[in-house]
Amino acid sequence: MSSQEMERSSTPGGRGTRPTAHELARYESLFAARTRGMKSSAMREMMALTERPDVISLAGGLPDTSTFPPELYERLMAEVSLQTARALQYGPTEGMAATAECIVQVMAAEGTAIDPADVIVTTGGQQVIDLVCKTLIDPGDVIVAEAPTYPGAVPSFSAYQAEVEQIEMDSDGMPIDALEETLDRLAAQGRRPKFIYTIPNFQNPGGVTMSLARRRRLVEVARERELLVLEDNPYGLLRYEGDPLPTLYSLDAAAVGRDSASDLVIYLGTFSKILSPGLRLGWAVAPRPVLEKLNLCKQGADLCSSPVTQMFVSAYFAEDGAWLRHVEHLRELYRARRDVMFEALAEHFGESADWTRPEGGLFIWATLDERIDTTDLLALARNTEGVAFVPGRAAYMDGRSGSSSMRLNFAGIPEAEIREGIARIGRAISQQLGLLGFLGSPPPPAAREGEAGEAAPGEPPAPDTGEGLADVVKLPRRPDSARGRRRQDR
Amino acid sequence: MTAPRRVAVLKGGSSLERSVSLRSGAQVEDALRGLGHEVSGIDVGTDLVEQLLALEPDAVFIALHGPQGEDGTVQSLMEALALPYTGSPPAACARGTDKVLAKQLMREAGIPTPEFESLRQGAIRDLGAGGAVPSIERRLGFPMVVKPARGGSALGVKFASSSTELPGAMVGAFSYDGTVLLERHVSGRDLAVSVLGTGAGDGGSDARPRALPIVEAVPREEGFYDYESRYGIGMTTFVCPAELPADITDRACNLAIEVYELLGCHGFARIDLMVDHETAELWVLEANVVPGMTETSLLPQAADAAGISFDELVGLMLESAFTR
Repeated sequence: MSSQEMERSSTPGGRGTRPTAHELARYESLFAARTRGMKSSAMREMMALTERPDVISLAGGLPDTSTFPPELYERLMAEVSLQTARALQYGPTEGMAATAECIVQVMAAEGTAIDPADVIVTTGGQQVIDLVCKTLIDPGDVIVAEAPTYPGAVPSFSAYQAEVEQIEMDSDGMPIDALEETLDRLAAQGRRPKFIYTIPNFQNPGGVTMSLARRRRLVEVARERELLVLEDNPYGLLRYEGDPLPTLYSLDAAAVGRDSASDLVIYLGTFSKILSPGLRLGWAVAPRPVLEKLNLCKQGADLCSSPVTQMFVSAYFAEDGAWLRHVEHLRELYRARRDVMFEALAEHFGESADWTRPEGGLFIWATLDERIDTTDLLALARNTEGVAFVPGRAAYMDGRSGSSSMRLNFAGIPEAEIREGIARIGRAISQQLGLLGFLGSPPPPAAREGEAGEAAPGEPPAPDTGEGLADVVKLPRRPDSARGRRRQDR
Repeated sequence: MTAPRRVAVLKGGSSLERSVSLRSGAQVEDALRGLGHEVSGIDVGTDLVEQLLALEPDAVFIALHGPQGEDGTVQSLMEALALPYTGSPPAACARGTDKVLAKQLMREAGIPTPEFESLRQGAIRDLGAGGAVPSIERRLGFPMVVKPARGGSALGVKFASSSTELPGAMVGAFSYDGTVLLERHVSGRDLAVSVLGTGAGDGGSDARPRALPIVEAVPREEGFYDYESRYGIGMTTFVCPAELPADITDRACNLAIEVYELLGCHGFARIDLMVDHETAELWVLEANVVPGMTETSLLPQAADAAGISFDELVGLMLESAFTR
């Protein structure tokens, strides 16, 4: 009820009394301190505008749900209807036993054995992030995350007033020595992070995968320092090339000599990317004491996840091998789309741009000439070209770094639209680079390594905080041979 | 005060300020209904004229932000349709919305506004205007504020602290508008003075415009380089009436009214000023002819401090449609 409505309910006509700004001040004083950190940025407002039919959006986190056969959906729902009363009833907070069995199958396909009793079914993977924060984070507690990190985790971290330390990734994911340096620095301040948040496979938004050596080392470090790890793995099964790598969960379970239980990794999984985000079903596999708290927190959040969709999933998994065939189909579909995006990027993004080459997942992270701010570029691209992407700043807690990067989704839209979308962004980039040229701004040096500290003559030195340099996301710059190959590809 | 009327509220549209406008529009619709009017909200699109022709409203309340709502486009259209509409006429809208034009007029009229230059994208491309940048740098110095000439939010507004940062900041601003304003940075307190031109006192519509209590925007933390977080929701607290010495308050209000009249505003407008930390000088930054009407907007806060409820304020704004 709006303040005006409240006002009118007492005085019909709503005249001659004193409402709003005072009401507002009253609301303001009622709002929890944590809401202050939740800002609706101008950038997010702008993102809302990209949902228009004439805009090609490479911004979404969407998988393609159009390939799920409608007749199969109908048959599965008919099966659910055989147990209508149960489907329409509340379910257990931890999830239905049959759902946990499906999750065991998915985890097995990830090469990870788990005990179904260690599972809690959640309302999407997003709820795991929320529940883990709710369970572990007091205001001011530290979370260590990758840089860039999943933009959708940022509001959750903010809501619990966490302080987030971000570790710049390279082509092998989070460098563990950099993690250790950060942990040492925090320890020197008497601080210990509550958990380390990582997306080891085809990271969102970075598109990079943590190497096996780093996975092993991360688990060791976590064990040495008794830290929890939140392993967010929505895309692990969507691998288009290369060999699958073991999950952190399974590495830790093996390291402690247990078949199926890690005692420091909280694993986050979801049906959203391998089946459907509309089902809103995800899960956590967690050490028992954590699991119990997650369960209590979930009771307060939503009591239980939908039995209707849980029963849909169990009906689906009862169809012999159907879910694996669907995942295989998605792999083929997305692999082709990813390759189309690679080609289009090489053709349209110009020499000053670079991008990650994910072996799976949904996203490519592209980094442009450092003089371009992708938030501004989005405004131009949306208005003059009709195309949208996620500006890199969304993936940084400070809302400032990552300003010359962007996240591109290759999975959710058809190949022709990917080509056209990338061409459109390319035109907007060309326009900005052309203007920079007219303004006499020299392009940044091709090889940046080793000269980051140098300031131009007559310029004040860059501040030590690294803030000025944080705009440059150091994701892999391919060797020159790869650039040459890209040119030949055209 | 007024007979029930049929009022169309224009909101939304496709500008970058769409969501703010939708919120403004919803608040205004509530208030107008509360005042007993018959209200139709219109999310502005290609069928705007068709909808207005079908509706035949007595008045059109413009709660549309962004280019077409504020630059005179919609106002001209209302004149073409002979429909009474709220707020300033097309020429005042064009003058107020274009920060460069507004500042040029202020400079000519002797109203203090931070020193500035402007560059057009076409001039940079076709006339080699990039060559003028060093001269601008010498005159304005650093840090410099770079803004798109038109655009209501903080989007595209950047501080450039050195000449290496300037081209990027300018290209960023050119993403929103073909003209860029380069302005000397004033370090001080942000003030917003709302001016009401209708129903000012009991004298009715022809009374002199009056300034409402000043709102000061106080950033929660000093984020000099980060315009967005400085002005983003939740990062700023607003104090109204602003705690200022009486003489500064008076000067600020008089300046705001001068700007209101200079630009030819009608009904209402919000004038943004800075008061210099060191010298206590006042500088007018810009005028806003379609001020936000959301729950946290500055005009409603200022009106409230003056004892004017939100509904009354909306009623006064509606009056401006009939007192042109």
